[in-house]
Amino acid sequence: MATDTQFPLWEVFIQSKSGANYVHAGSVHAADSKMALQNARDTYTRRGEGTSIWVVPSGAIVASNPEDNDMFFDPANDKVYRHPTFYVMPEGAKAI
Amino acid sequence: MVQSYRLSEWCSNAPVLEEDLALTNFALDMTGRAQVLLTYAGKVEGSGKTDDDLAYRRKEREFYNHLVMELPNGDFAFTIARLLFTSAYEYYFFTELKHSADEALAAVAAKTVKEVKYHLAHASDWVLRLGDGTAESHKRMQQAVNELWPYTGELFETSNADAVLRDKNIAVDLAPVKALWRTHVLSVLTEATLEQPEDGYMHSGGSKGVHTEHLGHILSEMQYLQRAYPEATW
Repeated sequence: MATDTQFPLWEVFIQSKSGANYVHAGSVHAADSKMALQNARDTYTRRGEGTSIWVVPSGAIVASNPEDNDMFFDPANDKVYRHPTFYVMPEGAKAI
Repeated sequence: MVQSYRLSEWCSNAPVLEEDLALTNFALDMTGRAQVLLTYAGKVEGSGKTDDDLAYRRKEREFYNHLVMELPNGDFAFTIARLLFTSAYEYYFFTELKHSADEALAAVAAKTVKEVKYHLAHASDWVLRLGDGTAESHKRMQQAVNELWPYTGELFETSNADAVLRDKNIAVDLAPVKALWRTHVLSVLTEATLEQPEDGYMHSGGSKGVHTEHLGHILSEMQYLQRAYPEATW
């Protein structure tokens, strides 16, 4: 990848309705945080997808290393007593 | 509608992808507004014209848009400086129009204010970045402002028809709009280290259907399909 002639990269998270969690929607290039918010709004909320936007410089995101997946995730996966699968959700609590 | 056409011309041509989306989004906002207003105009005129009739079957001399809208896009500085001037005008204009005695216009105004507020923020931010940017961007921005300034006077022209509508509280009094516009534009230009040009000769004629040579070209492309195939539907 050549030295970017693009503006810095930002990751975009959108909250679809108040109280919900923010979901990663994609990324935008922008020169500063104000522009990043506007670009995210133009790019990712065109069809009414959200009510709130977070933008984070991509460099601030720390991601887990795929080579460590074994170490990170397998120990929890094979222990069925750790999973919340034996509780039946009551009808009215579906939104949690 | 004319300005929407110009902004659409940036589609796939904008300097960065996100700006491509922004400008075309604005074009869509403007088209929506044009559709509502033209439908209403057709109704008020009373001879059964639809929004399509008014958009696609009028000739140059029957268009009354401000001349500044039809000017070619130029470079990005020109487009964004124009957007600053027109969206500032629209913001203050439609804020006033919300109080119109005509309910349909007041409703359009209420919706439009939200759109143009965003257009204005976007344009102002870019003017600041480019004006107070590199030597090249400053030069282009100043040149754009200088070229556009003689077209800004027309935004505040009034006619006898306007006076009649204003008495009925339907139309907007442009004097306070102009004052607010000047204040806002001056503050943006100053912060962007740009000079506001002197008020000199101001271009005029849109409200009489007298246009620059550019509108003819716009209409010949925009209206081609409807003129070549008048009965077309899809």
